[in-house]
Amino acid sequence: MFDVAIIGAGVVGGMIARKLTACDMKVCILEKESDVAEGATKANSAIIHAGFDAKAGTLKALLNKRGSDMMQDVCKELGVSYKRNGSMVLGFSNDDEKKLREIMENGEKNGINGLEIISRERIVELEPNIADGVTCALYAPTGAIVCPYELTLATIGNAMDNGAELMLDFKVERIEKTDVGFEILSDEGTMVDAKIVVNAAGLYSDEIADLAQCKSFSVHPRKGEYILLDKEAGMTVSHTLFTVPTSMGKGILVSPTVDGNLILGPTAVDMTDKENKDTERDGLDRIIAESARMVKSADIRQSITSFCGLRAVGDTGDFIIDMPSKGFVNVAGIESPGLSSAPAIAEYVAELLENNGFTLGVKVDFKGEREPMKGFSELSYEEKNEIIKKDPAYGRVVCRCENITEGEILRAIRTNPKPRDLDGVKRRTRAQMGRCQGGFCSPYITELLSKELGIPMEQVEKTGKDSYILSGRTKEVVENA
Amino acid sequence: MKKYLTCIVCPMGCELEVEVDGEKVVSVQGNNCVRGRDYAHTECTDPRRVITTTVKTKDGRIISVKTDKAVPKNMIFECMDFINALRPECSNGCNVGDVLCKNILGTGASLVACSKIQRM
Amino acid sequence: MRNVDLVVIGGGPAGMCAAVSAYNAGIKSILVLERDAALGGILQQCIHNGFGLHRFKEELTGPEYAHRCEKELRELPVEIQCGTMVTDISRDKVVTAVSPEKGVEKIYAKAIILAMGCRERPRGALNIPGSRPAGIFSAGTAQKYVNMMGYMPGKNVVILGSGDIGLIMARRMTLEGAKVHAVCEVMPYSGGLARNIEQCLNDFEIPLYLSHTVTKIHGDKRITGVTISKVDEKMQPVKGNEFFIECDTLLLSVGLIPENELSKGAGLSLDNATRGCIVDQSRETEAEGIFACGNVLHVHDLADYVSEEGEIAGKGAAEYILGLQKKTEKISVSGNEYVRYTVPQFLSSVEGNMKIYYRTGSVLSDVTISVVADGVVVSKQKKKKIVPGEMQFVLLKDGDIPEFTKEIKVCIDKN
Repeated sequence: MFDVAIIGAGVVGGMIARKLTACDMKVCILEKESDVAEGATKANSAIIHAGFDAKAGTLKALLNKRGSDMMQDVCKELGVSYKRNGSMVLGFSNDDEKKLREIMENGEKNGINGLEIISRERIVELEPNIADGVTCALYAPTGAIVCPYELTLATIGNAMDNGAELMLDFKVERIEKTDVGFEILSDEGTMVDAKIVVNAAGLYSDEIADLAQCKSFSVHPRKGEYILLDKEAGMTVSHTLFTVPTSMGKGILVSPTVDGNLILGPTAVDMTDKENKDTERDGLDRIIAESARMVKSADIRQSITSFCGLRAVGDTGDFIIDMPSKGFVNVAGIESPGLSSAPAIAEYVAELLENNGFTLGVKVDFKGEREPMKGFSELSYEEKNEIIKKDPAYGRVVCRCENITEGEILRAIRTNPKPRDLDGVKRRTRAQMGRCQGGFCSPYITELLSKELGIPMEQVEKTGKDSYILSGRTKEVVENA
Repeated sequence: MKKYLTCIVCPMGCELEVEVDGEKVVSVQGNNCVRGRDYAHTECTDPRRVITTTVKTKDGRIISVKTDKAVPKNMIFECMDFINALRPECSNGCNVGDVLCKNILGTGASLVACSKIQRM
Repeated sequence: MRNVDLVVIGGGPAGMCAAVSAYNAGIKSILVLERDAALGGILQQCIHNGFGLHRFKEELTGPEYAHRCEKELRELPVEIQCGTMVTDISRDKVVTAVSPEKGVEKIYAKAIILAMGCRERPRGALNIPGSRPAGIFSAGTAQKYVNMMGYMPGKNVVILGSGDIGLIMARRMTLEGAKVHAVCEVMPYSGGLARNIEQCLNDFEIPLYLSHTVTKIHGDKRITGVTISKVDEKMQPVKGNEFFIECDTLLLSVGLIPENELSKGAGLSLDNATRGCIVDQSRETEAEGIFACGNVLHVHDLADYVSEEGEIAGKGAAEYILGLQKKTEKISVSGNEYVRYTVPQFLSSVEGNMKIYYRTGSVLSDVTISVVADGVVVSKQKKKKIVPGEMQFVLLKDGDIPEFTKEIKVCIDKN
């Protein structure tokens, strides 16, 4: 029996898992997809918000500030990239400037330091590529960027290294209350017992709450489409640039990513279908038009991919973190600034449990540090040669665009949480993520996965069940006849 | 009757205008060389293609191969089935130009290795 | 640290022929670095025929063509290092390479020849709306799976883009038992050779939809179909003309891009049209002693021309190393509005015969191609038809270009 079962292996579920593992609890994470970070965590703006826009007094405001304060240390412990690049909300008129002042006041109420309204002159100094129409901006020096799935992989990997268990392809179908806790049943009939259930199921958190007869809210998807540009365009801006927010969110942003690309987006379209992640022509066109209003020279021809994420928007306007029934915790409606708040949400959940009479304890041998997975490319030649001498696979470049070696890919395949498909390898190593998008290296990586997992090539998948890459062998029709 | 063809002999891809009388080619226009005229004649009477494909060796390796002559166009898929079923013994390696099979299905064309593989 | 006279980066047809040519021009210390385990480059997987008609006067398959180049190279005492990836070059000609055997290594060269080839444009570059399921491949990736590894990417195929690799793969997949339902081309003409439309599509009754593109990708885990739309003259989808094709595979053959990461890293400027380095008649870039040839310089239609260009660069590099270059003032080479690009983009000598390659941006019939040196026509040639898919050249003989010329223009004019 587990002390706690966390439903959902996104950044929120992951942070809670790590926190509770450090508290000496026996933790399992149940995830319906074939890898972690497959929901809203995978496709969002990758921003650690300074915390000025959430309405003062809300849980969002409180946890954003706390999370943003914690994030740098968390990233350092986990060996993942974090860059405090600062952010700007751009204004185009006097009206906008008024709105920016209101936002700044709100931010000051939230306790955010260093906010200031800056003039065009100063903006141009900070961002030479700013578009002509920009007249003023709210500058927030504490805004930062991370890679959300890198962070989630490291968080869950670290929790696993400390004893947490991850169960993938575990779609929760039933939750039964028992005398000692809960029985959780998957659609394939696997059962897990746990004293506590944490519902961090993102878009599906309302349905999970319903299964536990604790539904008091609903969640709907809000689609956000993005365009990612080549690293050559990554230098277009150094800060994260927003426009004045609307009721639908923070608007379209232009930002560098921690890996040096440029990200444009998101759109914001309220949806009903929780699985529809299609990008639409209109949306992509809007991103292109809107970003051109912000910066002069985001060359759209440098685009290497477009994608779509679904944000889990709750119906209360704030994060929903509560315990409607003893031992059942909802962590729902975690839309933006969810990523920024995630480490603070984990602490908040731990406090909530303690306040409700659960003893969490302290794991004495918990090891919070994790070896960075990246970084081989940043080593000196001498250091690289040491490694290559021991393991020649580090001298074999598999992904030419990102210069990722076979050694790094094999290491990722063997490290918690272990990837099972091409996209899993991609998110862990960046192999296939460059300008050719796997054109050259995906056949090699398919072979590596086939060997490491001990499965035939035809069973290697792109991203989870039924996403096979190869339909069969050539010459096989006759072979069977 | 006039027939319009694109010559496939070389990358120039000449557009040919062929005057045919029943089975007989009367005249060819649009070709820039004699090979174009020859192509028009065979294409109108007995169209043929060289097949380039792969073959799987007995030990499971893949070699690229071609037919050393063009085979009748209407036999392409028959020839493919035949080639797909072949499992030549190449454990001692194979060189470019090695004949892996002679006279495929009576066409007179042989299957020739285009890439080399090492001894196992 | 290692010192060599010439480092050739890339062991495809361009690199192999460049090394042979440099050796024959008197350079004995040559190192060829190839990232793959074998020489031959992309030709290894181009198992179809049609190669070598110019160079070898017979029709060869890609691997056969590569084999001939390799044989010539292997007969010479040139050092060849496969499985070696060059990660950086500098303008002072230091090459950084990594391999399992030698680790990270710095090599000091007197001259460098860039011959890294090109890569395919991925789907992302197109921003096709829809989901991102499995089953979408660039045509070359599919070619590798089918021809080198013996695996089928799928059974029901749609191909977007009518570049030669797309056409070749349409036939290849058909021969291996797949059903190719359509080839869509956004332009009103195909980017591939006419012979490939004939023998790869028409032979197998595969429909080619010109002025059509894929406007939506369907499917969650694996692609289940595509929506295809007709496009107008501005290449914008026309509403109401969409149709759906069920498929499990979408191959993209939407263009090739020279792989110039190393060149850019060394600060070499690129031609916007070719996306390769700017070079003179010997294929020397703006950086002294760094040469470029083959598909890394501009995308060629024929391997024969790639080899030829490798030889030019090899000879040029040899002359540079031996101090035999005789340079004049820079002469710019450009084209009129119908000329998309020329290679070379400038001359630093007018000696000897030379070819100026060019490509047009539109389909033109009955044209005159003239070469104009400082306003004076020095060469004239009529063509019945020129198309963007076929690279053209004008041959300039020794003496055609007067001394002290400043500017050369290649002009395509309609008759």
